[in-house]
Amino acid sequence: MILSMQDICKTYIQGKVEVPVLRDVSFSVELGEYLAIMGPSGSGKTTLMNITGCLDRPTSGTYLLDGRDILGCRDDELAEIRNKYIGFVFQSFYLLPKMSALENVALPLLYAGMSKKDRLERAREALCTVGLEDRIDFRPNQLSGGQCQRVAIARAIAGHPSLLLADEPTGALDTASGEQVMEIFGRLHSEGSTIIMITHEQSIADCAEKIYRIRDGVLDTGKAGGTND
Amino acid sequence: MFENTRLAFQGVWNHKLRSFLTMLGIIIGIASIITIVSTIKGTNEQIKQNLIGSGTNAVIVSVYQDEYEYGMDYSPNPDGVAVISEETRHELEEIPNVEAASLFRKRSYANGIYYKNTGFNGSISGIDAHYFNVCGYDLCYGRGFADTDYKNCRKVVILDTKAVTTLFGHEDPIGSTIEIMTEPFTVVGVVEKSNTFKPVIETINDYYMYADTSSGSMFIPDSAWPIVYRFDEPQSAAVKASGTDAMTNAGKAAADLLTEKQILVSGSQFSYRSEDLLKQAQQLQAMSTQTNRQLVWIASISLLVGGIGVMNIMLVSVAERTSEIGLKKAIGAKKRRILRQFLTEAAVLTTLGGIIGIAAGIGLAKLLSSVMQTPTAISVPAIIISALFSAVIGIVFGLLPAMKAAKMSPIDALRRE
Ligand SMILES: Nc1ncnc2c1ncn2[C@@H]1O[C@H](COP(=O)(O)OP(=O)(O)OP(=O)(O)O)[C@@H](O)[C@H]1O
Ligand SMILES: [Mg+2]
Repeated sequence: MILSMQDICKTYIQGKVEVPVLRDVSFSVELGEYLAIMGPSGSGKTTLMNITGCLDRPTSGTYLLDGRDILGCRDDELAEIRNKYIGFVFQSFYLLPKMSALENVALPLLYAGMSKKDRLERAREALCTVGLEDRIDFRPNQLSGGQCQRVAIARAIAGHPSLLLADEPTGALDTASGEQVMEIFGRLHSEGSTIIMITHEQSIADCAEKIYRIRDGVLDTGKAGGTND
Repeated sequence: MFENTRLAFQGVWNHKLRSFLTMLGIIIGIASIITIVSTIKGTNEQIKQNLIGSGTNAVIVSVYQDEYEYGMDYSPNPDGVAVISEETRHELEEIPNVEAASLFRKRSYANGIYYKNTGFNGSISGIDAHYFNVCGYDLCYGRGFADTDYKNCRKVVILDTKAVTTLFGHEDPIGSTIEIMTEPFTVVGVVEKSNTFKPVIETINDYYMYADTSSGSMFIPDSAWPIVYRFDEPQSAAVKASGTDAMTNAGKAAADLLTEKQILVSGSQFSYRSEDLLKQAQQLQAMSTQTNRQLVWIASISLLVGGIGVMNIMLVSVAERTSEIGLKKAIGAKKRRILRQFLTEAAVLTTLGGIIGIAAGIGLAKLLSSVMQTPTAISVPAIIISALFSAVIGIVFGLLPAMKAAKMSPIDALRRE
């Protein structure tokens, strides 16, 4: 088991009103699993993803990642965990505009303390995996949306993370590009990657092995006897 | 680190105008400091050259009343101070490190001297035959004083070039008659200080005179002095030391000898003392340094303003790059790294400003010295300190924005897009 959450709650305080966004979310993910989380807009998907990716801290609950208690970690320790164990693919890419594709992909490896030669080699390898070996020196503004997302995926996988997190990775893409991304995910999965993907499109979710649904901050893992498709 | 610096330079280059405007405060501050420090150093060097580096190594020994030089201009002859004999002058020359000695009487601010209707308010000295040698004058034209001039107390006068300019302009002064205390004196020669540094600065009074408008010096034979001034006026002595470093000791020895021989009353308030030019030079330097140091403080305010400007622009830069910071943190950059990135950027900005400021300051100092005729000397330590200091300003004023960036939470930063 790579990841397990118990009774995770996240509550925002808006003025004097408490807004619960996640309520008692519990789930776990096995090594090599390919999981999709679906839910309507505003249901708390991104919030859950941020907590899973150690970008955000829950209000209460317990979270173990690779056996490590995440909630007790300091900010810099979380940064290291994100760097080592987690690869992020964001809905809106978040590539640095002044860097080439290769430099963008190599950036997390820099933070991991890798030598320049190793960084560039790994980054090139990751770009090959997503089929962008001929766009290595292009800047994000010289790439299409689908290509940008593939660069972002390359960046996420360059450090060989244990867990790949994707928040609506196809949300900004057309169907063809979306399918390309899904095909990459499928291949990564078949090579043994653990993937959690958030989406609100059924066709995308269907690519995963398992689908959980979230509604108003409650995650339905199908275990509590609720409906499952 | 190197990567950070490269990126910082790139950032500065990408926002050329903005970076330049931000640097302007630093540039102005550093430039004015360099200019001021160069001026201080230049003035100090000139003072030193004028006072002691003039090459003649002459030390003046004169009568003091308690702590102050006794001015014969307005006071009667000091009681119990005898006129120095030729014998004693020989003894002065026997002192180790003294090459030659001369005796003279002097009025620093002459009055009653006219050529036609032009008054002369420079100095006049009654000199012996050794004076020009000891104090380093060369004859330009005409003649020097002959033995007969001394023997017959002839009313002849020698001018220095400055006095010629003041009284005669471009006329030939030789043979003209100058009126000194109603007595007619004939100009026989013109002398000029033989060394490269003009004008002649032998005493502190000379320096002040030169500093405002000196109208030059005149010389008459000492035997003619009583005709126009007083009888039995005790002389001053000028001793020529063998080198600049020997000046202080030679002067002291000469002063001690004269005090012992010439001051007849024991426990007198009068004594012979030498002017310690080295010390006076230092005092003058200290004075000019002090006034200029206040200017440095004022210039530092501009650095402070510049620093605040840098802080401001760095805050803007941090705000603009929120999502960049968020992403970097999301993929594993620690606080330290973000902090360093922005500190480097601020330091590069201010150091660049500092370097431009140094260049501008050197240029300004050169310009100033050529336009205003004031001496300047570029100070290397000042340049190094300025460069380091401007980097420090960047780090100090960049700290707040950099910390703000480092403390950002990654999701907040990403969401703010
Ligand atoms: N910083 C915040 N302060 C207050 N409320 C917040 C904050 N962040 C998120 N929320 C609230 O949490 C809820 C869930 O937000 P979240 O971004 O997780 O939704 P989502 O499921 O990802 O939706 P979408 O599909 O539109 O991306 C929303 O109602 C939102 O208003
Ligand atoms: Mg979302």
